[in-house]
Amino acid sequence: MNKTKDRAWFAVFTVPLLFIFTTVVIIPFIIGIFYSFVTWDGIPANPKVFVGVDNYIQIFKDQRFMASAWHTVKFTVLALLSVNVLGLVFSLLVTSKLRVSNAARTMFFMPNLIGGLILGYIWQFLFTDAMEFVGDKTGLHHVFFNWLLNPQFALYAMVIVFTWQMAGYTMIIYIAGIQGIPDEMIEAAKVDGANLWQRITRIIFPLLMPAFTICLFMTLSGAFKIYDVNLSLTKGGPNNATEMFAMNIFNEIFGYGRYGLGQAKAIVFFLVVAILTLTQVAITKKREVQM
Amino acid sequence: MKKASRALFEVLLVVLALAFLSPIYIMVVNSFKNRAELYESALALPHSISFQYYAQAMAKMDFFTAFLNSLTITVTSVAIVVVLASMTAWMLARTEHKLSKFIFMVFVATMLIPFQTIMMPLMQVMDWIRTHLHIPMLNTRGGLIYMNIGFHASMAVFLYHGFVKSIPVALEEAATLDGCSKFGLFWKIVFPMLTTITVTIAILDVMAMWNDYLLPSLVLSDKSLRTIPLSTFYFFGEFTIVWNLAMAGLTLTIIPVVVFYVFAQKYIIKGIAAGAVK
Repeated sequence: MNKTKDRAWFAVFTVPLLFIFTTVVIIPFIIGIFYSFVTWDGIPANPKVFVGVDNYIQIFKDQRFMASAWHTVKFTVLALLSVNVLGLVFSLLVTSKLRVSNAARTMFFMPNLIGGLILGYIWQFLFTDAMEFVGDKTGLHHVFFNWLLNPQFALYAMVIVFTWQMAGYTMIIYIAGIQGIPDEMIEAAKVDGANLWQRITRIIFPLLMPAFTICLFMTLSGAFKIYDVNLSLTKGGPNNATEMFAMNIFNEIFGYGRYGLGQAKAIVFFLVVAILTLTQVAITKKREVQM
Repeated sequence: MKKASRALFEVLLVVLALAFLSPIYIMVVNSFKNRAELYESALALPHSISFQYYAQAMAKMDFFTAFLNSLTITVTSVAIVVVLASMTAWMLARTEHKLSKFIFMVFVATMLIPFQTIMMPLMQVMDWIRTHLHIPMLNTRGGLIYMNIGFHASMAVFLYHGFVKSIPVALEEAATLDGCSKFGLFWKIVFPMLTTITVTIAILDVMAMWNDYLLPSLVLSDKSLRTIPLSTFYFFGEFTIVWNLAMAGLTLTIIPVVVFYVFAQKYIIKGIAAGAVK
């Protein structure tokens, strides 16, 4: 009696969300695996032809896809570095008990609230117009030109925009980490004659490892899955030079109507993201120290 | 000497923060300029303030409709996520059997799935529901809300689960002995204790849903249903080169975000730090 009643309550509390979650995430994920083994153009009346692992073999012969994977890797490495270095510098600056540090913290975080799509458009203007203008005024045309038209610099432009978006976010997490370090520890090190650099590298960094774990995870997965900024800033151009993983998948499916091939790419994308983030978390977690 | 160097440091920090926000300054000043003025100097202040480009952008973007759509979709989705996820997570955390462990595991594991991996099959499932069960999931606000809930379920359950685990059960047991039903127990005793994490989850989800472009772009096709990111996208498709008008449009889209930030700033910053530590 009591047991069935408990079961009924269990169902009342969990089934609504489980139902929605299953129809939105679980079922699509499972049938997504099936779609990756067929060729289909997305038109319901047309048959889905089973082709086995053909799609997966195709992927590796797809030059444009491999190029997009390479852009994504390059972008992610650069973004990982710049976001975290800047976020860490900001956090160290604003935790240094100054009157203006609260205001500065608020300002550094601000861009993170603006959606990726809109950020991309703002910077499109900065690169096409403001940069040209500065170039004209200063004569430094080799630095201040429209980066978005240059295949190599367009990728750096994306790194800048992503950094602008994410640095404030990682700053918040690093601040939480820094504030978790007891003041006495820093004071004791000072008394023992440790200089600023030693205090940062020997005490602050090791104790910040949990914050590193999270921030690297957030930036790694965020950079790898980037789509909005990519779409609004460069549309993948010039000449597909900034087409990332996520955009390539979208174009394959909804642009060219190669549903099966696109879905196989999507599955590969999932595997890469999962392996990469799990490995990173495992590595940084191992280096965390207990206080 | 020490005081002087400190003041210098403060000034430097303010300058750095202002430089960091200069893209926003450039966006705003150019939203007031006419084309000739804009090409004269992209960085200078405008000669005069006129809101004509704002009026134009507002009309072309259907700003109020988009704003209301974004607001309705975000608020409803977040409210339902909070209610359903807290109920689910509490049950999962307070029952010891294998099923609840398994369900929790599934929620956590699926957090690794990128949206791009399920976007196409998701559209197929929603289309199937539309044609076979006659429930309009595509091109409706309700459908988008439903999918928002599904996508934000994992993270919310994960955060609530961790938080519930840290609360002692004694209070809940006492209420049960007093004859409180599970439903009453949850809403009167447990949910109020979850306020901190509820605020965190609500803020993270508001930011994610308000700014989301990809899912709404796949689900909503009617012009009248467009959210702010969607209407910005279409606006740019049509008016790219008219930069002053474009800047007015972008400034408009940022105003709600800034207002939200001013009011919720403390909670946003706390929420992100708390959400990350879990």
